[in-house]
Amino acid sequence: MTVQLDFLKNVLYFSGLDLAEIESIDKLVFEKSAERGEMVLLEGESATDLYFVASGAVKVFKTSAEGKEQILSIVRPGESFNDVSIFDGGPNPASARAMGPVLLYGIKKNDIEAILRNHPRVVLNVINVLASRVRHLVSLVEDLSFKHVIGRVAKILFEQVGGGQMGRGPRLTQQEMAAMAGTAREVVGRSLKALEEEGAIKVDRNRIVITDKEALKRVMEVSS
Amino acid sequence: MAEMPGIDREKCDGCGLCVIVCHCGALTMVDKSINIIETVECDWCTDCEAVCATGAISCPFEISIE
Repeated sequence: MTVQLDFLKNVLYFSGLDLAEIESIDKLVFEKSAERGEMVLLEGESATDLYFVASGAVKVFKTSAEGKEQILSIVRPGESFNDVSIFDGGPNPASARAMGPVLLYGIKKNDIEAILRNHPRVVLNVINVLASRVRHLVSLVEDLSFKHVIGRVAKILFEQVGGGQMGRGPRLTQQEMAAMAGTAREVVGRSLKALEEEGAIKVDRNRIVITDKEALKRVMEVSS
Repeated sequence: MAEMPGIDREKCDGCGLCVIVCHCGALTMVDKSINIIETVECDWCTDCEAVCATGAISCPFEISIE
């Protein structure tokens, strides 16, 4: 069995298909490589291919008019991206960038349609994938819209240094801050950038220094 | 001595994704396990932590006040 065939067998899209079915799909798959930092998809452009990450990782994100980045997801081996524009025919809703050297397996939109017609099981699998995607995005919308995460991250930082009484607090990863703020790691990353832009903190490699305690408190109050 | 990301070898499943995304070459795979080489090139981008599906890599921040 080829590496590609073996990979496709374990992709959620093609779960439950027999070997003959996977082999027929395998013929429609093409390879695409991308180097670290290379843009694989650009938000707003039209896309014609669905991609599966075979090796490496891809960051899917949106960029604001001011250039701020919000990560929507990190796509790991076996997972797909660009599903939405393939199925609704619209432009790419987000950009995608290779986080390192990446190998992708792509399928053209027309071929996907043929696969769906010929293999009804794939339709159910796709619904499953898209439903999970919607659930993840709804959770992200909730975090970004209602939770005032920036204020909570500010509060966490403030409390870690004992409200200014202690010079140095315990060490926390972004994942731990996310768990404490009840949000996703992606949102913490953006909150830290926003706090740095406010002049409240300075991120220096693995150190977060509260440079303006009053500014940090203002963010806590405004966002509470 | 530059501090480097931490690895929990019990959680590491040896997928190697962190090695692929590391832009400074600080991470290598030795016998299906991640090894970290100390380097000043590591700018604590935390991409290795972000891609790790098992939570085996941690990039903690020291929090202090001026």
